[in-house]
Amino acid sequence: MKKWLVSTALALTLALPAAAQDYTPDPNAKPGGTITITYKDDVATLDPAIGYDWQNWSMIKSIFDGLMDYVPGTTTLRAGLAESYEISPDGLTYTFKLRPGVKFHNGREMTAEDVKYSLDRVTDPATQSPGAGFFGSIAGFEAAGPDGLSGVEVVDPLTVKITLSRPDATFLHVMALNFASVVPKEAVDALGSDFGKQPVGTGAFRLGEWTLGQRLVFEKNADYWREGVPYLDSVVFEVGQEPVVALLRLQNGEVDVPGDGIPPAKFTEVMGDPAQAARVVQGGQLHTGYITLNVTMPPFDKVEVRKAVNMAINKERITQIINGRAVPATQPLPPSMPGYTEGYAGYPYDVEGAKKLLADAGLADGFETDLYVMNTDPNPRIAQAIQQDLATIGIKANIQSLAQANVIEAGGAGTAPMIWSGGMAWIADFPDPSNFYGPILGCAGAGDGGWNWSKFCDEALDKMAVEADSLSDPARAEERLKLWSDVYMGVMEKAPWVPVFNEERYTMKSERMGGDDALYVDPVSIPVNYDYVYVK
Amino acid sequence: MAGYILRRLVQSALILVGISFVTFVLLYVLPADPVRQIAGRSATAETVENIRRQLGLDQPFVVQYGRYLAALLQGDMGRSYLQKTEVTELILSRLPATLQLMSAGIVAELVLGLSMGVAAALMRGRAGDQLLMMASFVTVSAPQFVVSLLLLYVFAVKLGWFPIGGYGTAAHLVLPAVTLGILGSGWYSRMMRSSMIEVLRADYIRTARAKGLSGLRVVLGHALPNAILPVVAMIGIDIGIFMGGIVVVESVFGWPGIGQLAWQAIQRVDIPIIMGVTLVSALAIVIGNLLADLVAPLIDPRIRLR
Repeated sequence: MKKWLVSTALALTLALPAAAQDYTPDPNAKPGGTITITYKDDVATLDPAIGYDWQNWSMIKSIFDGLMDYVPGTTTLRAGLAESYEISPDGLTYTFKLRPGVKFHNGREMTAEDVKYSLDRVTDPATQSPGAGFFGSIAGFEAAGPDGLSGVEVVDPLTVKITLSRPDATFLHVMALNFASVVPKEAVDALGSDFGKQPVGTGAFRLGEWTLGQRLVFEKNADYWREGVPYLDSVVFEVGQEPVVALLRLQNGEVDVPGDGIPPAKFTEVMGDPAQAARVVQGGQLHTGYITLNVTMPPFDKVEVRKAVNMAINKERITQIINGRAVPATQPLPPSMPGYTEGYAGYPYDVEGAKKLLADAGLADGFETDLYVMNTDPNPRIAQAIQQDLATIGIKANIQSLAQANVIEAGGAGTAPMIWSGGMAWIADFPDPSNFYGPILGCAGAGDGGWNWSKFCDEALDKMAVEADSLSDPARAEERLKLWSDVYMGVMEKAPWVPVFNEERYTMKSERMGGDDALYVDPVSIPVNYDYVYVK
Repeated sequence: MAGYILRRLVQSALILVGISFVTFVLLYVLPADPVRQIAGRSATAETVENIRRQLGLDQPFVVQYGRYLAALLQGDMGRSYLQKTEVTELILSRLPATLQLMSAGIVAELVLGLSMGVAAALMRGRAGDQLLMMASFVTVSAPQFVVSLLLLYVFAVKLGWFPIGGYGTAAHLVLPAVTLGILGSGWYSRMMRSSMIEVLRADYIRTARAKGLSGLRVVLGHALPNAILPVVAMIGIDIGIFMGGIVVVESVFGWPGIGQLAWQAIQRVDIPIIMGVTLVSALAIVIGNLLADLVAPLIDPRIRLR
């Protein structure tokens, strides 16, 4: 990525060769073998335009490819189906050169037409893609429909030119999202809504078998365009398995990775046994758990009150409730996210200070409010801890423990004064600070039904955010991150959230699983990066 | 008889329409928006509105229900909001597993419940009777999740007699069926006990004994066949209770039945699936009740169907 540092004053265009920085293959890796992954829930769909849960996200990644991709186990962008790309000096035109000879699972060669078709499809309202909004910076997005995007042009069979209506520093990340995966038109046309059950992509694995409600089998794509991968012959996903049962089966040698992780009730037991703990890989994830304070509802419209709540919450104690599977948070961004403000300590835990702030706001006697929480363990327990903390400064919070969909509804409608985000918390779609702002802290998400449950809308911060994202010149990346850091510090000043903790990831694997630990806590592929792990 | 069946079938159809209406109303007033679930967290307001329009969820209740009912009458249960697969396909792919588990579970609860009931009746008033009746209380009130996990842990993990959950072979079926059997046996053992006690008091039993038949022959040859019939007629009604219990058991044992499907659909507010599973379950109960009523006169000639 060194070439990114070339100044635009000197170069008219920026070009990035494909192998600028890539993954070093594991010398111990050997091909062959089958692994078994379990999940509680059935897989909803494998259509890359539709699939948007953490379970099918990594599965879709292994069946499809986009123009961009990430170096396995990291958040570093690398070229995918694009061999190279050029960005115009004004940051408005991206020209992607495609890798020649890449074949879909149906044997046909992938071309620029497929890239255009796939982007047209995901933005067409008829597709009902939950990810359509990510492509908002492409020219012609507003008029997207059956006629396709005017901003995406096929130059020749191996060249695609994408024109943006505004500079977008996150555009390459967007092209690495599953929603930007390249799909073959003829397969989508033939299968219609059933494409999600019989997916055809260019990825490292093809779908071999799908018995609804029971299992899916991914088979190795022997013609995969990346040399040497995948290592595994097949991956079996068994669905409908309780996490506790999956753990028992792992201990019995029947399962390689329990997809839902270690059940909370069993966590202490597993980590207390050295033999089992040795097979657990720990890593950070781009996650923040927070309490939203609805700034449109008194008394949370007063910044003193919001600050007081921030100072009343004992975050250390809350992380203990979840057996220390998290680190206390100081700000909206998780520590592993670019743009995180190092050295910022956040609001201190200070009960006396909090009481004083409440008194300043004219609420020395406290007040009564509602705290909404999703009703699955450990969230109600965390809500109780928050309730107790608030009681120490005189706030009486009534816990409203509801099903996930009902909490989301109350949050979107703006009828919930406080929400503990557990079970619905933000996990980044892509490793960029902008992804933690727009939908959850920006004005765009503050409308009715949006995910900005604080209904926090600060025009000045929104302007800074837009400014930051228009700095698409890679040479100004540092400047951009600084700007984002300022945006989040501005958010903390207004205190619409109480950032509580950043969850850590714990992936358990069987003894025979091989590959770098980073592959088991891959920030993009959860639980593991299927393309690069292997059987010892 | 034919007239009776026809009338009952018409009634059953009306009941199903009624159930579809009530369920639809409940899902309509539920404070959870299915469109939000489909659109996901990053969707813009336009995307959300667009999806709402395409699914017809922007229409008034009457229009929505009318459309659903019209499609349903043509055998179309719609497509899942999130999976985009036809609900009929989803249900049909899972129904065999549920029916299999249900049949095995009913056999298990009958074998367990009836033998417990007979034994208790024969030991009436003694310690054995009280012990068995206490056990029936425990099994009726035991949490399904705990019983399932306990059996799984002891017989599959510790002893290794059965596979740890899953579906496919007869060995996979044993533990979930026995779990359902244990949980349901309490009702049957109590019913069987009282029915048996009543029969044992009857004149013809005394006659049989007076003829000099052995105790065992009296019980097996005369008392049991008469006592068992009213209990067996219970099965039809029991299907409803069964449908409820099966959700948890399927989930613990990883049994790919419609209980699991329903559970996931409820989490995700996937209305077409919830409607479909509810209607199929209701249909099973309606058929069960109908069969119970049809069997009744065969058991007891005093009952007349009109």
